[in-house]
Amino acid sequence: MRKKHDWLRETYRKSLEKMPERPVAHRTLSEIAPEPLYTPEDIGVLDPEYEEKRGFPGEYPYTRGVYGSMYRSKLWTMRMFAGFGTAEQTNERFKKLLKAGQTGLSVAFDLPTLMGYDSDHPLSKGEVGKCGVAVSSLADMEILFEGINLEEVTTSMTINSPANAIWAMYLAVAKKKGYDWKKLGGTIQNDILKEFIAQKEFIFPPEPSVKLVIDTFEWGPKNVPKWNFISVSGYHIREAGSTAVQELAWTLADGFEYVEAALKRGLDIDEFAPRISFFFDVHNDFFEEIAKFRAARRIWAKEMRHRYGAKRPESWMLRTHAQTAGVSLTAQQPLNNIARVAIQALAAVLGGTNSLHTDAYDEALALPTEESATIALRTQQIIAYETGVTHTIDPLAGSYYVEWLTDEMERQAMAIIEEIRRMGGVVRAIEEGYFLRELAEASYRYQQEVERKERIIVGVNAFTDEIPLKVPIQLVDPEVERVQAERLARVRRERDPKRAEEALKALRQAAVEGQNTMPYFVDCALAYCTLGEMMDVLREVYGTYQEPAYV
Amino acid sequence: MDRRIRVLIAKPGLDGHDRGAKVVARALRDAGMEVIYTGLRQTPEMIVSAAIQEDVDAIGLSILSGAHMHYFREVKRLLEEQGASDILLFGGGIIPDEDVPKLKALGVAAVFGPGTSTQEIVDFLKAKVPERWRAQGLS
Repeated sequence: MRKKHDWLRETYRKSLEKMPERPVAHRTLSEIAPEPLYTPEDIGVLDPEYEEKRGFPGEYPYTRGVYGSMYRSKLWTMRMFAGFGTAEQTNERFKKLLKAGQTGLSVAFDLPTLMGYDSDHPLSKGEVGKCGVAVSSLADMEILFEGINLEEVTTSMTINSPANAIWAMYLAVAKKKGYDWKKLGGTIQNDILKEFIAQKEFIFPPEPSVKLVIDTFEWGPKNVPKWNFISVSGYHIREAGSTAVQELAWTLADGFEYVEAALKRGLDIDEFAPRISFFFDVHNDFFEEIAKFRAARRIWAKEMRHRYGAKRPESWMLRTHAQTAGVSLTAQQPLNNIARVAIQALAAVLGGTNSLHTDAYDEALALPTEESATIALRTQQIIAYETGVTHTIDPLAGSYYVEWLTDEMERQAMAIIEEIRRMGGVVRAIEEGYFLRELAEASYRYQQEVERKERIIVGVNAFTDEIPLKVPIQLVDPEVERVQAERLARVRRERDPKRAEEALKALRQAAVEGQNTMPYFVDCALAYCTLGEMMDVLREVYGTYQEPAYV
Repeated sequence: MDRRIRVLIAKPGLDGHDRGAKVVARALRDAGMEVIYTGLRQTPEMIVSAAIQEDVDAIGLSILSGAHMHYFREVKRLLEEQGASDILLFGGGIIPDEDVPKLKALGVAAVFGPGTSTQEIVDFLKAKVPERWRAQGLS
């Protein structure tokens, strides 16, 4: 077995050259100074499978973390999801979060935006600005990022079906403000497959939807090389009721499906794979969640290297954002959620996540208030700075239970991935209703276990209170709809109509001819075409998707 | 009493989070009711017209997006307009406590928040629907 000493001298040192250790005491409260890493060597045991299964941080198969020095050098990015009401209101919240020590932005869009409708569309009525910010044109995007340096802050955007259009608007803001696209960092979620599986914010049928995603795979690395143009997301799959193993398997299967679609287009795997990122949920079952992250990294690395033939280590690395489980939060005794979130966040950190959002305790009731959002951020800071879990990398490695559970989850997930492959891939499985059936089963089974009290939820089916505790909640101003409608009217009045019309025409032409749509989306954004206009063009070309109503 | 309770479960609006709606639909079916699930993205018009066509006893709306006041108001208004205001209207989702009395004032019979057991919803329908039948002289 390779000596830890060698790893320290090679990988760890190289990692420190890029990012030195943080200038904090990497010592316990009793002044014991843990080393950056512990291996079987440190306790004098033999682990013949060590290199193959666990290996070292920053090295294949990345079970112990994607970077050589992990949190010793750089903490995970604390990226809180925020957005509500108008662009002005969300801009103000962003600035407060940055001031509170948050290190990245994450935009929540409202449902009309997620579904590709303008704020003044009849179907948007009652929904504008409700569960996220309304963005219907470049004018909104400009206000959203007013006074924020886009080269300094990385921005994640939870947007899927209209991802190309929204990304184009962000890039248009950067262009108009004179920022260099080559320096921009961030992520668009852009994972349409999980929309068909779980979250249901789809517009077009699966095939043209995947085509639009692959346009970003092709265009992204050449034009915005530091941008993650996809975040393959298990979060929504889990929230819709899957188990952790299903979340793991389906998310990776989605990832492989995109890889195969990109290869089919003739793209070079080592050009696009390094910019694929992931997003997982973290629920209450502490060790299962930790094992899930470790297994995810190992499966991705193995498959990318051996099945798909990727050569660059960056193509093997599964980098992930994580979010605590909204679905685990209770409306009953809501302050208990602070404890749940802390435990889940700790699991994500022990699992080696690269970025984390912690939910606010009032999310089973409404959108977070400023205070509850701050407590959620502080929870991460307490884990990062006070608990000492960052002293050494992957501190739970070698735990008999954690290693066994990691292997077991890998085994079960691979069995599901193989099953999906036998069905002909994710798109085929969607068409056959496989995911809907499996989700309905899993979520119903869980609900029954809760109702039979085989699973205890504190404050809900045990330890309940007679008098509910009231917490203040955030309400969205219904004025938002009017403000948005006025702004849209102004945009349509003041833009150059000929330029907008031509940009839309070119987008349509690109879609009809099967060309890469990204450059045309950027032109449309710069011409102040609205989101609804861009999506309508594609609705005409691609058609829309209706899900079978299955219970 | 051999008449079976007929319930329409609907997801109005743009929101696609249908886990709750589906779990409830299945629990009602397991409790012996006839359940029609509309699928996603229904407008109030579609919901009310399906309810009347299917001759249901109750409509359950599942809303998590914060747009509940709008959708309940619209569905109630359309039911009245179509002379079907005796169809029991209930719902659930992420609905702040403050809004519950407002919904009740609109004529929403019950609002089931997160953490409600499906048995509670079954019991509610079994208690309330026969009242409707009696009023119609059906049972």
